[in-house]
Amino acid sequence: MSSSSPPAGAASAAISASEKVDGFTRKSVRKAQRQKRSQGSSQFRSQGSQAELHPLPQLKDATSNEQQDLFCQKLQQCCILFDFMDSVSDLKSKEIKRATLNELVEYVSTNRGVIVESAYSDIVKMISANIFRTLPPSDNPDFDPEEDEPTLEASWPHIQLVYEFFLRFLESPDFQPSIAKRYIDQKFVQQLLELFDSEDPRERDFLKTVLHRIYGKFLGLRAFIRKQINNIFLSSNYLTLPLPFFPSSIINGFALPLKAEHKQFLMKVLIPMHTAKGLALFHAQLAYCVVQFLEKDTTLTEPVIRGLLKFWPKTCSQKEVMFLGEIEEILDVIEPTQFKKIEEPLFKQISKCVSSSHFQVAERALYFWNNEYILSLIEENIDKILPIMFASLYKISKEHWNPTIVALVYNVLKTLMEMNGKLFDDLTSSYKAERQREKKKELEREELWKKLEELKLKKALEKQNSAYNMHSILSNTSAE
Amino acid sequence: MAGASGLGTGPGAAGGDGDDSLYPIAVLIDELRNEDVQLRLNSIKKLSTIALALGVERTRSELLPFLTDTIYDEDEVLLALAEQLGNFTGLVGGPDFAHCLLPPLENLATVEETVVRDKAVESLRQISQEHTPVALEAYFVPLVKRLASGDWFTSRTSACSLFSVCYPRASNAVKAEIRQQFRSLCSDDTPMVRRAAASKLGEFAKVLELDSVKSEIVPLFTNLASDEQDSVRLLAVEACVSIAQLLSQDDLETLVMPTLRQAVEDKSWRVRYMVADKFSELQKAMGPKITLNDLIPAFQNLLKDCEAEVRAAAAHKVKELGENLPIEDRETIIMNQILPYIKELVSDTNPHVKSALASVIMGLSTILGKENTIEHLLPLFLAQLKDECPEVRLNIISNLDCVNEVIGIRQLSQSLLPAIVELAEDAKWRVRLAIIEYMPLLAGQLGVEFFDEKLNSLCMAWLVDHVYAIREAATNNLMKLVQKFGTEWAQNTIVPKVLVMANDPNYLHRMTTLFCINALSEACGQEITTKQMLPIVLKMAGDQVANVRFNVAKSLQKIGPILDTNALQGEVKPVLQKLGQDEDMDVKYFAQEAISVVAQRLRKLDFPVKDSGEPSVPRADKNHFPRPRVPGEDTGKGPVYQLHGDTRDTLAQLEIAELVHFSQSRD
Repeated sequence: MSSSSPPAGAASAAISASEKVDGFTRKSVRKAQRQKRSQGSSQFRSQGSQAELHPLPQLKDATSNEQQDLFCQKLQQCCILFDFMDSVSDLKSKEIKRATLNELVEYVSTNRGVIVESAYSDIVKMISANIFRTLPPSDNPDFDPEEDEPTLEASWPHIQLVYEFFLRFLESPDFQPSIAKRYIDQKFVQQLLELFDSEDPRERDFLKTVLHRIYGKFLGLRAFIRKQINNIFLSSNYLTLPLPFFPSSIINGFALPLKAEHKQFLMKVLIPMHTAKGLALFHAQLAYCVVQFLEKDTTLTEPVIRGLLKFWPKTCSQKEVMFLGEIEEILDVIEPTQFKKIEEPLFKQISKCVSSSHFQVAERALYFWNNEYILSLIEENIDKILPIMFASLYKISKEHWNPTIVALVYNVLKTLMEMNGKLFDDLTSSYKAERQREKKKELEREELWKKLEELKLKKALEKQNSAYNMHSILSNTSAE
Repeated sequence: MAGASGLGTGPGAAGGDGDDSLYPIAVLIDELRNEDVQLRLNSIKKLSTIALALGVERTRSELLPFLTDTIYDEDEVLLALAEQLGNFTGLVGGPDFAHCLLPPLENLATVEETVVRDKAVESLRQISQEHTPVALEAYFVPLVKRLASGDWFTSRTSACSLFSVCYPRASNAVKAEIRQQFRSLCSDDTPMVRRAAASKLGEFAKVLELDSVKSEIVPLFTNLASDEQDSVRLLAVEACVSIAQLLSQDDLETLVMPTLRQAVEDKSWRVRYMVADKFSELQKAMGPKITLNDLIPAFQNLLKDCEAEVRAAAAHKVKELGENLPIEDRETIIMNQILPYIKELVSDTNPHVKSALASVIMGLSTILGKENTIEHLLPLFLAQLKDECPEVRLNIISNLDCVNEVIGIRQLSQSLLPAIVELAEDAKWRVRLAIIEYMPLLAGQLGVEFFDEKLNSLCMAWLVDHVYAIREAATNNLMKLVQKFGTEWAQNTIVPKVLVMANDPNYLHRMTTLFCINALSEACGQEITTKQMLPIVLKMAGDQVANVRFNVAKSLQKIGPILDTNALQGEVKPVLQKLGQDEDMDVKYFAQEAISVVAQRLRKLDFPVKDSGEPSVPRADKNHFPRPRVPGEDTGKGPVYQLHGDTRDTLAQLEIAELVHFSQSRD
């Protein structure tokens, strides 16, 4: 796991050196550095002598015979790359390329019949030459999309136009996937996916749209794309910076009954993704995806909820609130039969949340009782749920520090009492006895372990003594 | 998670015969499935105790099947379980039964969570060694095969780490199968598995026969090194080191070098970084000839790589590269082929690169000798001492000892001083802290005269720094300096200055005096402590700030062992008693604590013999040893009675050491 991520290694070596100087303010130090160099670019390896660009005639001025040739010439011209880290070099050529790219974008989006079969190769070549590149090392090994400023792509003035052109190309009514698939193949998609490591949000946005279009237009690549996305998600070192979310529309397109592959995607990718560090950034979309799955196949409810319970946040209250939100969304669409299957573990967790000393967590959980549908589910299963919830509710109604929570709990208790007054009374009267029984059990447990420890010591001692006897016998004999 | 009914044995079945079954397994298993994760975790961590209580047979027949079935749990619990099972062989009845542990570990080796999987694999590797060759083929190898052909990538990644442990003891037919399976994992269609295979390639190569290495491993290596994913390619670089160690020079040239050359030029900086990072290992594995022809030019490229990460990694290796070169050519190679590039790096744009270089560059002076160092390296050192980045300067200063051996530090001292002074006054307290830590080293190198003249005032200035950590470090620094320069020096230069601070209007500075006394008293010895320090401390007992007063109490407790009976009885005790009546709660508390310590000490001083008779160490068992005398402890420091104060602790330590030693020797 660790050996596979030298980028972190590379940067951490750098950090550890700076830690010596200032371990506490690392973040601020990094920020200061980044202000100096907030732009990065793929390493630029000069391809020998840099060609200087000469402006070609405008496409609109050419005759229709020449246009096609000129179009390809311009595409080839745009394959030449420039060093944007050096802001003063090749200014003239950079400007010519920018103007040409603009012209190309304009050309494919306003003219019909210009994307002819012979042009595909040059088009894809130009796109590949510009956007496929090794991304530079991140300034920040544990980039936190929420906190940190992203490193921006320095060559954006050109790359942006290339992406723009790519999109217009894909969206053009003349575009024919059957021809394009010779060039936009698995290898192409693979390289495209690698670019999602880019920290630049502008680029990530374009990539998202481009990938969408490709997924939409190239049926033959769909399975491959899904598999590669799986791989990216599953390689743990990418988890800190997940793909900008787009599987929701993919999920929408899944046919029923769901294939095993799709279910696996849900259980082995989407659910574990709830543990990601930057969950807050994409939780809404993630929850939406999960709910989409459940709407398609209700039998997935139980494994999904159990999965969420397994990954329930232990120390992060913000995340806990998000989880509760997701659970409510799921409960909104749950079938009563499915609800019965998970009510016990689920309400055990909810009862813990309700008594959280973090008032936002407690509050979020208590809001469940404002939801009509959930309320009806609880009422149907009150015999099961009330005994689980009672102790925590009873306790916090007396002990919670936050008056709002106490007020909410009173309301909830009242609702529950109205649902089954008899059971409520029974639980109230047995509450004390119950607590005492728990205490007794606790004592018994301690006792048990104490005895086990003693037994262990005894055995260890026996073993030692026998070994010691052996030892002394041996040493005696050797002494003789 | 409900009840213990899941297991075939009800409490009835456990109604025990023999004293081993004191506890029905149901009760124990109830503990293992307690609703509270923390309790479940605690129980799993004590799994060995449970197994011991059950005895080997029931551990095998009841506990392990239960564990195999309850694999669905929190990862934290699973991790603990995976770890426990690695040490379970004894608890299931020794090597003959080690294979019983495989089923639960097999499950654990397939789970989603990497940490759990890795731990399970670690335990499996451990247990594999305990299998007999027959059991290995009967149980372990089939398990590896199952994992290697698992549907989900997790089991296949786990398998990658297990081939090398079963290969050496397998029969030839099985060996061929194992190799075949490893091969197929190297071209797995998920990059995760290929990464796992690539990272184990070197290890696997080491256990293979040389022929197979050449015919099978090398092609795998070549493939992985040109994988489409850079995360796989860079792992091949690591494997390269291990493979190279196995091959002859000629084979290296034809089989490995083409691939390595490609890695040096890889388009991904991560791969190039890896080459730089593993450079010393590669250099050693490839031998001097290839180093000269290929690796040195490659290294030059890495030193001027376009990515700072790569340059920094390469810069880190400059010294090792030099050390690993053949002695006779070292100097020329470095002077002609490396030094020009180093000169460039000194003024690199990236601070990490410069500081990486600064951390090793001084090491070159031993390799290059006095003249070259003075002529070529010294200008670089001087430039680095003036670098804008404090880290670079610190790294140079922290390695001064290397240069000192070769050219003496005098050459540098003129430039050193401004650099030190600047760091000493840096706005960042951590920079100041770092330079303080090098003070004793510098003092040793520069000598007492230079120190008194130039640096002493700095050391004293730190004592009144506005950051506590700096004052604290400055205090410790003084102690180390006294250890270096001796008590006489302390008495003349340090102690008076420290004591003057006792009258400072700032109570923090007054407290610094106390802290200094705490640190210095031992190094200064009884005389200085009693005559010069003690009066000041006692005077401060009347300070108006409570913090100062309770620190007086603490100080008195601290320096108590250095004082003699008269001082303790006549001077310390009355003051402490007065402080014991202080109106401030904390002062009272610390005074009383000090009183009891001092009283103990006085008692000891009065009855030195009785002291050795009170054992405070808990007795481990009935075996009692005559307490050994302390050999050589009383070699002439301090008066006789001090010995007892020291020996008592030493005795206790020795006694414990003896016990530990004894119980080990019984096994």
